[in-house]
Amino acid sequence: MKGSDVSAVSTHNDEHASSTGYSNNKVAMWAFLGSECLFFGAFISSYLLYKNRAGPAATEPYPKDLFDIPFTSVTSFILLVSSLSMVLALSAIQKNDPRRMRVWLVCTAALGMLFVACQVFEFTEFLREGMSPASSVAATAFYILTGIHGAHVTIGVLMLLGQAGASLVDERRGAPWTAARSEGVEIFGLYWHFVDIVWIIIFTVIYLIK
Amino acid sequence: MAASSIQAPSRALLRRPKATTGALSWFTTVDHKKLGILYIVTAAVFMGIGGLEAILIRLQLATPDGTILTASQYNQAFTMHGTTMVFLVVMPLAAGFGNYLMPLQIGARDVAFPRINALGYWAFLTGGLFLYSSIFLGGMASGGWFGYAPLSTGDNLAASALAGTPFVGSGQTFWALGLIFTGLGSLVGAINFIVTIVNMRAPGMRLMRMPVFTWMITVISFLLLFAMPVITVALIEMFVDRQYGTSFFTTANGGDPLLWQHLFWIFGHPEVYILILPGMGIVSEILPTAARKPLFGYSFVVFSGVAIGFMGWGVWAHHMFATGLGPVAVTAFSLSTMFIAVPTGVKIFNWIATLWGGAIKFTVPMMFSIAFIGLFVVGGLSGVTHAFAAHDRQQTDTYYIVAHFHYVLFGGGMMAFIGGAYFYFPKMFGRMLNERVGKLNFWLMFIGTNLTFGPMHILGLEGQPRRTYTYPEGLNWEHWNLVATIGSLILALSFVVFLGNWIWSIGMKKGEIAGDDPWDGRTLEWSISSPPPEYNFAVVPQVENRDDFWHRKYTEDENGFLVRRISGGADDGATKSAPTTTLEKRDLGDAGDGPHDGDDQGDHGGHGDGHGIHLPNPSYHPLVLALGLPFIGWGLINHWGLLIPGAIFVFWGVVGWMLEPASE
Repeated sequence: MKGSDVSAVSTHNDEHASSTGYSNNKVAMWAFLGSECLFFGAFISSYLLYKNRAGPAATEPYPKDLFDIPFTSVTSFILLVSSLSMVLALSAIQKNDPRRMRVWLVCTAALGMLFVACQVFEFTEFLREGMSPASSVAATAFYILTGIHGAHVTIGVLMLLGQAGASLVDERRGAPWTAARSEGVEIFGLYWHFVDIVWIIIFTVIYLIK
Repeated sequence: MAASSIQAPSRALLRRPKATTGALSWFTTVDHKKLGILYIVTAAVFMGIGGLEAILIRLQLATPDGTILTASQYNQAFTMHGTTMVFLVVMPLAAGFGNYLMPLQIGARDVAFPRINALGYWAFLTGGLFLYSSIFLGGMASGGWFGYAPLSTGDNLAASALAGTPFVGSGQTFWALGLIFTGLGSLVGAINFIVTIVNMRAPGMRLMRMPVFTWMITVISFLLLFAMPVITVALIEMFVDRQYGTSFFTTANGGDPLLWQHLFWIFGHPEVYILILPGMGIVSEILPTAARKPLFGYSFVVFSGVAIGFMGWGVWAHHMFATGLGPVAVTAFSLSTMFIAVPTGVKIFNWIATLWGGAIKFTVPMMFSIAFIGLFVVGGLSGVTHAFAAHDRQQTDTYYIVAHFHYVLFGGGMMAFIGGAYFYFPKMFGRMLNERVGKLNFWLMFIGTNLTFGPMHILGLEGQPRRTYTYPEGLNWEHWNLVATIGSLILALSFVVFLGNWIWSIGMKKGEIAGDDPWDGRTLEWSISSPPPEYNFAVVPQVENRDDFWHRKYTEDENGFLVRRISGGADDGATKSAPTTTLEKRDLGDAGDGPHDGDDQGDHGGHGDGHGIHLPNPSYHPLVLALGLPFIGWGLINHWGLLIPGAIFVFWGVVGWMLEPASE
């Protein structure tokens, strides 16, 4: 009986004939990601405006004096690899293999957490070297743009772990996930890949463009 | 099967609400119609508050050297008046009418995400209450509704008198966080609308068969989707500036106040169209119904709306002509501003052509709609004068600007919404509003609008600045200021009459029973009972035409004259007859053997009485989640302990939400 509750979750949106053929959840995620483009776009614009600015009250050091490009390149690589493991998770569930899906989801989440940990390390290092968020407008714009991105990665990690956990609970209850549940993984994957792509832009804008 | 371990906690904490009627059901409802009414009623309450602030402003300015408000109180009054009217009245009215009507107009039983829809409403309400909680916590925002830095990044004037009291001087922080919260509500609401319109139209309801109101809701949903994140970023930057001493908008550390203006108006100009397009949609429904003609140039009206939606992103800097943008930018934005008047003008001519040769019935909604056209033309033309940068530099920050946007937003937007309220009231509540009182309401409002805002053109041209709490005698401003104040009192009276009409009709139950189709309507919402059943359509309609319901009622004879289709018991088609019985018979007939009973409808189809239709269950969790927002807000303003209840509410709401199926 409770098992049918669970299936009600997954089938609710299928009950409405969809005019486009895409499920409601997927269209909603695409719409949300469209909105996120403007969200990051406004922060990136703020950074571009301020990256070389220092007012009379600003104190050194500035972000560009502190960047450790090799270190950040490695963390960027970690995040990009997590996109691969996300794809593998989706591929696993599409082949009706929920166990392997969970392995790859946890792997993706772990890579994401590693990325966030590196960011925390980078922030503490910068703070130790005397660049506080209020020390110059360039520092503020740097911290807020990368910090907001880190928050997005963190939310993504929670979603991935939640999904792996839900799959495990359903399996214990005797209703293991099948390919029919793959769309949920695909939709979280859309979010995850989006956050990765945004990082490519942020990495280029902040660290690579002089 | 064993009781689920993951669902147990949410069950224990909050039992799934069952009731769909009664007072408590309003807190847990996920029905788009109830949420629509909640939006409209809440907006009406905020309208009362914002109106009171407007009256205070007008009383202060009625005579030279007014003493009713202090300078600080005056700043708070005009800031909160603008903020309230834009974010807590007109946007929620659009969301309310959209919620109520859009699913009915596209033949849907529900929206795509009922609980997210509820979250949109509760975030608006809790965000609005949080914003207004500042009145008790050290004073409200006073930097204008556009919050220009550095006015908005410094402390409030109120701070000096009450220094040391908790929250004092934080009015503008309340403003920033409150608008982030209501913006969150608008964003999730917009996503829900977009998915609903994209995915849940009835069979045959092609995009170019959708009613114009639904089309305008589509356009504003996309505008919200892309505009809300921009203002959110600006507000986050304002918040960290104020709370953590950063300098996005202060020059000391290299910040640039113009960044705020750009971000604000990149949001703000699409926002202007978010405010007016729903009104245009409502008018586009009322005019063809009352003129008994199809809307002239439907596709032109639709595409003009879409064009406005696109062009609205390219005109924002006309708000900033006086900031020294340089000749190239000023010229470019002058031109784009003149261009955007073209699709707007197209709509005006289409509405007029709709009336041309129609069998017009001067009902109350129709009078409001015609007034909308006239008043909007006045506001639109004064808007075009602002496209000329030289003229704009002369008039900017004077009462001429105030006159302009009140003609478009009050004379335009609000007239349409009040007309829409008269038009759709019978559908929502099953009773008519009084026509004679409605006409009194209309004339008071029409005269009041022109008396209040008309003289402001003259005052502005004579140089009276906005946002200045007194003016000395002898500048020749006394006369028209007094006239405007008298006009504003007439406007207030018109709203009292409006409220009285509601109370008379449904409070005292004196309103005439409306029937399903009191106006001889054209679109699907009139084909179902008033108020509609919870599931909207017993059988999902098969749409074959634009204005489908009209075509079910009427056809043309061989000479091209309109004749009513043979139907059971319909009289002359004027009002309150029962044309829908035919429709329902037809639908029920279809249900037995027709295409709707197929697999695509699952368990929806085939039950003409509505039993067995699967609807989402009510839920506490949207409300619980939204209740966390104000606590997070207060917590972030240096009262860290309050973050704990905020986090608990949000966590509880999110987890409970995820563990609870949408329907069971």
